[in-house]
Amino acid sequence: MTVKVLMPALSPTMEEGTLTKWHVKVGDEVKSGDVIAEIETDKATMEVEAAEDGTVAKILIDEGTENVKVNEVIALLAGEDEEISAADAEDAPTKDTAPKTRPGQGEVTSRESGEKTKTERERPKVEVKSDPNIPEGTEFVTQTVREALRDAMAEEMRRDDKVFIMGEEVAQYEGAYKVTQGLLAEFGDKRVVDTPITEHGFAGLGVGAAMAGLRPIVEFMTFNFAMQAIDQIINSAAKTRYMSGGQMSCPIVFRGPNGPAARVAAQHSQDYSSWYAHIPGLIVIAPYSASDAKGLLKAAIRDPNPVIFLENEVLYGKSFNVPKIEDHVLPIGKARVMKEGSDVTIVSHSHGLTYCLDAIAQLEKEGIDVELIDLRTIRPLDMETIITSVKKTNRLVTVEETWPVCGIGAEIAAEVQAKAFDWLDAPILRVTQKDVPLPYAANLEKLALPSAEEVVEAVKAVCYR
Amino acid sequence: MASTSSKAASRKTGPKKQAKKSVDGPTRFTKEEEISAYREMLLIRRFEEKAGQMYGMGLIGGFCHLYIGQEAVVVGMQMAIEEGDQVITGYRDHGHMLVTGMDPKGVMAELTGREGGYSKGKGGSMHMFSREKNFFGGHGIVGAQVPLGTGIAFANRYEENGRVCLTYFGDGAANQGQVYESFNMAELWQLPVVYVIENNQYAMGTSIARSSAQTNLSKRGASFNIPGEQVDGMDVRAVRDAGQRAVEYCRSGKGPYILEMMTYRYRGHSMSDPAKYRAKEEVNKMRAEHDPIEQVRLRLLEKKWLSEDDLKQIDKEIKAVVNEAAEFAQSSPEPDPSELWTDVLADVEA
Repeated sequence: MTVKVLMPALSPTMEEGTLTKWHVKVGDEVKSGDVIAEIETDKATMEVEAAEDGTVAKILIDEGTENVKVNEVIALLAGEDEEISAADAEDAPTKDTAPKTRPGQGEVTSRESGEKTKTERERPKVEVKSDPNIPEGTEFVTQTVREALRDAMAEEMRRDDKVFIMGEEVAQYEGAYKVTQGLLAEFGDKRVVDTPITEHGFAGLGVGAAMAGLRPIVEFMTFNFAMQAIDQIINSAAKTRYMSGGQMSCPIVFRGPNGPAARVAAQHSQDYSSWYAHIPGLIVIAPYSASDAKGLLKAAIRDPNPVIFLENEVLYGKSFNVPKIEDHVLPIGKARVMKEGSDVTIVSHSHGLTYCLDAIAQLEKEGIDVELIDLRTIRPLDMETIITSVKKTNRLVTVEETWPVCGIGAEIAAEVQAKAFDWLDAPILRVTQKDVPLPYAANLEKLALPSAEEVVEAVKAVCYR
Repeated sequence: MASTSSKAASRKTGPKKQAKKSVDGPTRFTKEEEISAYREMLLIRRFEEKAGQMYGMGLIGGFCHLYIGQEAVVVGMQMAIEEGDQVITGYRDHGHMLVTGMDPKGVMAELTGREGGYSKGKGGSMHMFSREKNFFGGHGIVGAQVPLGTGIAFANRYEENGRVCLTYFGDGAANQGQVYESFNMAELWQLPVVYVIENNQYAMGTSIARSSAQTNLSKRGASFNIPGEQVDGMDVRAVRDAGQRAVEYCRSGKGPYILEMMTYRYRGHSMSDPAKYRAKEEVNKMRAEHDPIEQVRLRLLEKKWLSEDDLKQIDKEIKAVVNEAAEFAQSSPEPDPSELWTDVLADVEA
């Protein structure tokens, strides 16, 4: 029987990768567990093992091939009793076997990075308005969010020698999600500091260093682990300026991936936007695009206040246009109108926008003209931009991966009814994560998260269509 | 700071040599040192007594933790550090502030929640700071100051400024997990921090024997290779000696050091604590036999460095300072209502 060797996935969110190397050639005998190939994405490499004994009958994907889809057949193995020549992709009876994979560099169990997502590949293009903060005629380069974040940190570290980064695996490993790639090599281990797994301790240590005049960037491998450190973030970082009558400063950035990833279950899938947005004394930023990630992280590092910088694992590998400006710094506290429209306003942030963009493509076909706002900063909320839009469209839907109770949408709805009550033609609707811990099972997980369909439904409801 | 990993690699693995204590008892103070220590301790005691009275009169609100009985610890430690070294502590912090040279008027006015307080009335007893005096607070969450002090020491290493951070905490805080997270990083990165454990025997109402598996807190750094020693925290001279050993060790780049100060608080945990968990005789015995101020007073008289009249004169001067602070704390106006909205965030520099 011929066995198909399939392109494996490095992580729950990976969709494609590069086949970097074959360790076998046609005719080689392999045993189950032998390393037969290497694959990689922009952040990790992994060895591919044979799942069965046999002889390599055919190599279907040459080494060096990029964008090989997960589950694509990359080779065929002939069974032990089989003649090699008999093995054939189409005719022989086959058995699909995704190879066993062995974690290689960059792999962290349940702390794994996302690559290109399904929604992204399938999404019809929605024309996104250019950022008014970027001067017209600016040249752009294509960059992933991951690269943009790295560049932001590197630029700020070059600019100010008081800036340093600390966290788990940020230095030698170059980041569990490869966001700090290359920083150790450029800045050395004085300024790129691997910590023990000790969130409460190093968050507090960072706050103390900030109070003493340094400008720490504290990376949490994910914000799920920052719950261990939340006392230091809130009681020490956020409140000390006020409690000292303005004497003490705490210029610190806490950053890392936030929100549901993919198939990592409840403890590793949580959006903390509203948790931190609740706290006076903090600034909370949650960018969507690579340009915003870069411009706002640079602003966050320069800001004299504690900043919670919520990144998104699924967006790390997504590419965007980033302006080719020497010092691309964006204003904190300003939302961005991503698309102008006249019928209804959708407000969202971070990965929530992917559902909105999918929905808008569909709504356009049905003749509903949506205005889309990316909050970018969660605290302070740019209510002015939202109110202005609502006064134009008279309808509002909020979309977030946070839970509904006391979420960002709840806050926006309260503010809008207070400040634009007479302009509203329909109740404000919220699309959120369902009010349950995020389940593991693929179908339940999908049900628990917001979807483009739900956004479409909500928009139609407020438009009475 | 030199490279962190090479520091880690070159770190000694065995237990370190402990600094040698003098066998002849603590180093004697000069006349000036004795008088200075006496004045400093007396200022704290009288200040705290006044604060207690004002609390009783309803002029001070919320929580108020008095330092009476523990004065020798901060006074001795302050004598061991240099200008520019930093101090951070928990919520029993009035003594630490006074000894770093913060103005008693500003401290007392903060206790009464007035405009003239160090935090403009917005922090209160547990949350006061002075950048000028390198006093980093004043922290209300038990043990939270320990990572913060470790971070200040991290900044000292980073800036290579030769400074040492004194990080104070109590026997209660010594059971917080973040303390050990800090110990680990401080030793790993050889940070110049002296952990001063003020063991006053009671974590609020729970005695150390009832809360700690290892009651010798100076050993709490052993598994991190941090040297530690127990010190008679009622004898200001012993405190200074140990403080000097610890500070010198840290300043020379050898990493953190633990001092367990055996001390005692005469009052309850806070003003609202009647302290029924311990016998009155226990308190009285400590006061009669180990009072830190009385020890210095007797030495001053014995050596005839000061007469009873001289001591009375000092007492009078200190009382005047404290009364002035109390008056200021009552006459200083409440903060302007506009202060409600200030100091939440710093303005971004243009």
